[in-house]
Amino acid sequence: MTEALPPHLAPRIASFCERLRDEGVAVGTSELLDAFAALERVPWGDRADFREALAATLAKSQEDRRVFELLFERFFFRAAEAEALGREIREDRRYDGGDRLDLDELREAIRQAIAEGTDGEMSDAARLAIAAFGRRGEGSGVVGVDVQRIRRTLGLQAGQREAGDEPALDREQIQAFERHLRRELERALIERTETLPPSRPLAELDRALPTRPTQDLAAVHRAVAQLKRRLATLGHEQRGRKRAATVDMRRTMRASLETGGVPLRLRYRQQRPRRPEIYVLCDVSTSVTSASVFFLSVLHALHDSFRKLRSFVFIERISEVTEVFERERDFRAASEKISREGGVADVSGYTDYGRVWLEFFDEISDDLGPRSTVIVLGDARTNGREPHAEVFARLSERAGRTFWLNPEPRLYWNYGDSVMAAYERHCDAAFECWTTKHLERFVDVIAGAAPVAD
Amino acid sequence: MSEQSTQTVADVKQGLERVGYLADEPAALVSYLAQELGKPVLVEGPAGVGKTELAKAISRATDRPLIRLQCYEGLDEAKALYEWNYRKQLLRIQATDEDSWDDIFAEDFLLSRPLLAAIASSEPVVLLIDEIDKTDQEFEAMLLEVLSDFQISIPELGVIEARTHPIVVLTSNNSRELTEALKRRCLYLWLDYPEIEREMEIVRLHAPEIDERLARRLVEVVHMVRQLDLKKPPSIAESIDWARALLLLGADDLDSSVFARTMSIIVKHRTDIDLVAERVGVQLGGPPGLEAEAAG
Repeated sequence: MTEALPPHLAPRIASFCERLRDEGVAVGTSELLDAFAALERVPWGDRADFREALAATLAKSQEDRRVFELLFERFFFRAAEAEALGREIREDRRYDGGDRLDLDELREAIRQAIAEGTDGEMSDAARLAIAAFGRRGEGSGVVGVDVQRIRRTLGLQAGQREAGDEPALDREQIQAFERHLRRELERALIERTETLPPSRPLAELDRALPTRPTQDLAAVHRAVAQLKRRLATLGHEQRGRKRAATVDMRRTMRASLETGGVPLRLRYRQQRPRRPEIYVLCDVSTSVTSASVFFLSVLHALHDSFRKLRSFVFIERISEVTEVFERERDFRAASEKISREGGVADVSGYTDYGRVWLEFFDEISDDLGPRSTVIVLGDARTNGREPHAEVFARLSERAGRTFWLNPEPRLYWNYGDSVMAAYERHCDAAFECWTTKHLERFVDVIAGAAPVAD
Repeated sequence: MSEQSTQTVADVKQGLERVGYLADEPAALVSYLAQELGKPVLVEGPAGVGKTELAKAISRATDRPLIRLQCYEGLDEAKALYEWNYRKQLLRIQATDEDSWDDIFAEDFLLSRPLLAAIASSEPVVLLIDEIDKTDQEFEAMLLEVLSDFQISIPELGVIEARTHPIVVLTSNNSRELTEALKRRCLYLWLDYPEIEREMEIVRLHAPEIDERLARRLVEVVHMVRQLDLKKPPSIAESIDWARALLLLGADDLDSSVFARTMSIIVKHRTDIDLVAERVGVQLGGPPGLEAEAAG
């Protein structure tokens, strides 16, 4: 019914699997065999079918699928290329005589395309820009450098020129355009050199938590969505595992009536999941800007999953934001509200941990008990102020458990003005938290598993 | 599987469409591969995108009976695979001499549960294992034998092998990671909420009397609602219900008053209702009549 797989394609697919493995997708021999079996039954010439057949047999989670898409795009570039070339002929006619366009006209056309923001137009614009600048001999051959150079020459900056009649571009639109530029440049590079670009390690670039505020929020949301899902079932899983804890005598005897008084079947007492009262303190100062966006959204997710959760944000002072999170289901709105109404910055805008502990202690210490868990999200950089570690010690004594999440890698702790060591001593555990993995491990711990050492 | 079938992906897609399931390309392709390769399919996706419905549709399209195993926390072998009918065994022991109770472990005393029923069935079936993510990992491990070799070992009786090859569909709401071992044995399909056009087709397939303009408006609103961060986003089935409700009410446009009255069909949490009323209700334009006039 379908033609056999052409011989050169088989090793190519095998090496594609190799690459998937490098990116951490679990592709075994059985998956590979499945893929071949599947390709025998779908027309491999059809791009969509080919891709879906591979995806169904190789990528077995949504996360894997994302990696798959990225790699597939890069790996089976030629097919995409041919298609794009076909399209380009038609598209080029739209901007007739690319080289005669003067720079200003080009700039306007590109701004227009970015503002309207459809994918097709944006990649047209990217190609056009590359063509124009390529002719002026400004290509450096390094993709990243070229992207920035083109962007600067076009004078694309977020939020600028609001006086003029053109719509101001927001940062996300420009980033989208940069992505298109990068893609088109890579494409051109591949055409020139006939080799694939050196693989950027996807694992780090695309999956780590955003470390700069410019990285898009979508990544944060993906991480948090995952977290939400895990939180939703963690309680269940724990209960499942510990089901066989203690025999419930009363129910066992009752069940034994069925078998004439012989207790054939044991009944077990159900384990009640731990219902922690959680207090979360989140640093929102500038030194952790990027991380705090992330932490805030984590807080937001936590509110859905734990009933007894009180959230605080702090910079120089501390302020309770529990209500904001409970009222506001939309994360963006919530974070705006917090930055507007939080009232946590005083004069300098630098974090003052010592003062925060004092205030928190005054306000809340009576409520703390053995059932409460205190989680601090911050980098422990005191900006040279008094850390008041003794107040923190008293806090953690009152609370049942105290955890610290630090958005900096452990390597940087205690360097400069970081006083992590002073606080870490009083925590049940301190975690570095800059990838989703770290976060998941932490969630395991607060949901009841024993704290794990690295 | 063994018989070289002549069907193609397009045939499968049409077959599903005939029984009222509009599959997109990946879904059709995976259903096709499942039948051709005889591998189980793991379908993941948010609640209410038609995962279970896909299994039912395959069963209708292929004319195979559907055997369904609904998973839940605490589901064990006795409820999923088989159980010895110990009452009957006890009776047998009491009724006969003491030295002949060896044969109480025979098929007569076996109560077959969904998995065994699917394996032992004499005609080919579709086995739906619904919400596999609700069970614990031990149960998953137990499934492996069934899924890869289509056989069940019963210690007292031996191995029962499948007489026919069932099509197996597992669904998961993705509430926990499934084990690698299970995934390895399955084809994978991620179902997501459909595009506006497709959902419109689905709605119109199930509520044929609905006006095209109204259907489009309805689906657009549902998509708007899904954009919000809700506790429970509306499912496809709910958009169909909503379309039917609008038909019953005789509404010919979706303005804010109709929306306010019928919103509870698609939004089912108090906090969600507040949010949706605030964000979507306002956008829907005010007094009825104005829009109808403009459109008419």
